[in-house]
Amino acid sequence: MCTTCGCGHGETRIEGDEHDHHGHAHHHDHHEHHHHEAHEHSHGHGVIAAAHAPGMSKSRILSIEQDILGKNNEYAAANRRWFASHGTLTLNLVSSPGSGKTTLLTNTLSQLKDELPMAVIEGDQQTVLDAERIRATGIKAIQINTGKGCHLDAHMVGHAMESLQPEEQSVLFIENVGNLVCPAAFDLGEAHKVVILSVTEGEDKPLKYPDMFHAADLMILNKIDLLPHLNFDVDACIGYARRVNPRIKILQLSATSGEGMENWFAWIRATRELAVIGTGPNEKE
Amino acid sequence: MHELSLCEGVVQLIEDQALAQQFSKVNTVWLEIGALAGVETEAMRFSFDAVSSGTVADGATLNIIDIPAQARCPVCDKAVQVSARFDACPDCGHYPLEIIAGEELRIKELEVQ
Repeated sequence: MCTTCGCGHGETRIEGDEHDHHGHAHHHDHHEHHHHEAHEHSHGHGVIAAAHAPGMSKSRILSIEQDILGKNNEYAAANRRWFASHGTLTLNLVSSPGSGKTTLLTNTLSQLKDELPMAVIEGDQQTVLDAERIRATGIKAIQINTGKGCHLDAHMVGHAMESLQPEEQSVLFIENVGNLVCPAAFDLGEAHKVVILSVTEGEDKPLKYPDMFHAADLMILNKIDLLPHLNFDVDACIGYARRVNPRIKILQLSATSGEGMENWFAWIRATRELAVIGTGPNEKE
Repeated sequence: MHELSLCEGVVQLIEDQALAQQFSKVNTVWLEIGALAGVETEAMRFSFDAVSSGTVADGATLNIIDIPAQARCPVCDKAVQVSARFDACPDCGHYPLEIIAGEELRIKELEVQ
């Protein structure tokens, strides 16, 4: 366990960070600990008082009223402050396994690398294979292996940033663990969640996993080159996604054939423009 | 299975409180979990026992208070019970509704000594 920030990393491994946690300098401000004072109150109240075991005279009730995700949200807020001050556009890519996330990402990096500074945080339970695929494009990438963990959290991302050190005004892609459930709950400090659904999956996934589609700002419907061979109802799928999240933007593309990719690039460029406004070298306070 | 991480968060919050509030043992933990919080309460119980072992919360009873999902219909302007995020208003059929309860994921109280 890290004595500086109190992190018990368990099975999480961050590449290149052989995590002698006791020695390393934390330069992020995300390790501030905010202790919310709990209010102590007397025993005389309702249902909870009735549950007290007799003979435990020293026991007392503490009212806590804290969000279980509060710690993650504090780390996420610190990451978000860091991203904002460096003009970093951070995109959290989420999907089921096999949606074509890594292919979409490598093709995006290859196409945009001469135009935009970019970096990648790769989340998987095991192996550094995806980070190696990313680095083959010439873009900086760091792998986080979550072990048995089913999602990335804001604290892991904060540590990965210490090693990754992206350029100012970069686009930072975070490829989350393939899972449409758990990553919905964990804010990483990103500007947008981008959910990728491929047409080889069921069109009703937005209804089956509503939390993720509700949390995302952009949905990418991938592998549309395969539509002629499938019974995938695109209109129904889009209708389900809009039912769960009326604000969601939807792009249809094929990362493999390149069809529709220009719209995705246009979205990245426009969104990054917004992220960098006010953060240039002459504009900082 | 993010219930395991959530329980780690619960235990971490409890350990912070143990230092701040000077207690060495937790008898009971009350959590409020909303119907739309994406949490399986059985997985939560299982995970809590696993991650609280050896901590101040070792052996504590976990009480989960289920919070039903409620939404406000912008057309009828009243609160209605829902079972999913995309439910339509049972009276007028309008959707989307604005969720007003059911996303809770909170530690409410602790009984400590």
